[in-house]
Amino acid sequence: MSLNEYLILSSLLFCLGLIGVIRRKNLLMLFFSTEIMLNAVNIGLAAVSHFHQDLTGQMFAFFIIAIAASEVAVGLGLLILLYKRKNSINLDTLQNMEG
Amino acid sequence: MFEIVAFYLFSILTIFMFGITVFTNNALYALSSLAAGMIFISAFFFLLNADFLGIVQIVVYTGAVIALYAFGMMFFDSMSEVKEKIQNPGLVFLFSGLAALITVVAFLSPIVSNNIISEYAIHPEYGNTQDVGVVLFTKFLVPFEIAAVMLLVAMIGGIILAGKKMDVSYSELSEDEIDALESSNEKDSK
Repeated sequence: MSLNEYLILSSLLFCLGLIGVIRRKNLLMLFFSTEIMLNAVNIGLAAVSHFHQDLTGQMFAFFIIAIAASEVAVGLGLLILLYKRKNSINLDTLQNMEG
Repeated sequence: MFEIVAFYLFSILTIFMFGITVFTNNALYALSSLAAGMIFISAFFFLLNADFLGIVQIVVYTGAVIALYAFGMMFFDSMSEVKEKIQNPGLVFLFSGLAALITVVAFLSPIVSNNIISEYAIHPEYGNTQDVGVVLFTKFLVPFEIAAVMLLVAMIGGIILAGKKMDVSYSELSEDEIDALESSNEKDSK
């Protein structure tokens, strides 16, 4: 296996997540697609780390995992708050900001 | 040989699972297939000799993140259909171009990156976990501490956001009391 295969897989998964972010209007699906994109980047970083024999890629992957975890905590709190206010998880209900 | 078979098997499985996550209309299926895809991704980390990253992937993603989503989904009606209509096709074209650009960069980057010198080289005699620990607690100590503070802030923020007005438990109220409470809430929101 070479670096190319891993990077192609990583970009394929990233594009899959990007499709989800663009197409879905369900806020929960939006968060799932963000997770997919972050994971795709992690694969690319780990592959570069392995094929260049350098640990920096893995370090960045760890910090991306930490960022993803805190994104889930804040995002889920906001999602629950939105559902309590508007009784829906549709992204279109977010468009007016009248409070 | 083993590596090639494992790579293609897990690639197909991961893409299939994440495809289900992105395209399904059922939130529960999306959550389950996301968990499966996260587990399959850890296989790539093991193939790439990043053992510690693979363990962290399983523990943090499938243990913490998916469990958090599962708990979060109990707070709202996740099965409700969301009407999905694309209003801005230009934006879709822009992002598709961006996706194509990412693919091209991914194809080209191994050719360009031939002259990279490694800064924190891997020591095969240490083993991955020890190597990661040495680099993380010497060279990356300050970002590590900042990440810890960020996680704490995010946790407190999440609790405060989700925990607002949680002092009323619906399961201890009668039907009439719930109706009265909800009608007064609707008045507040208007």
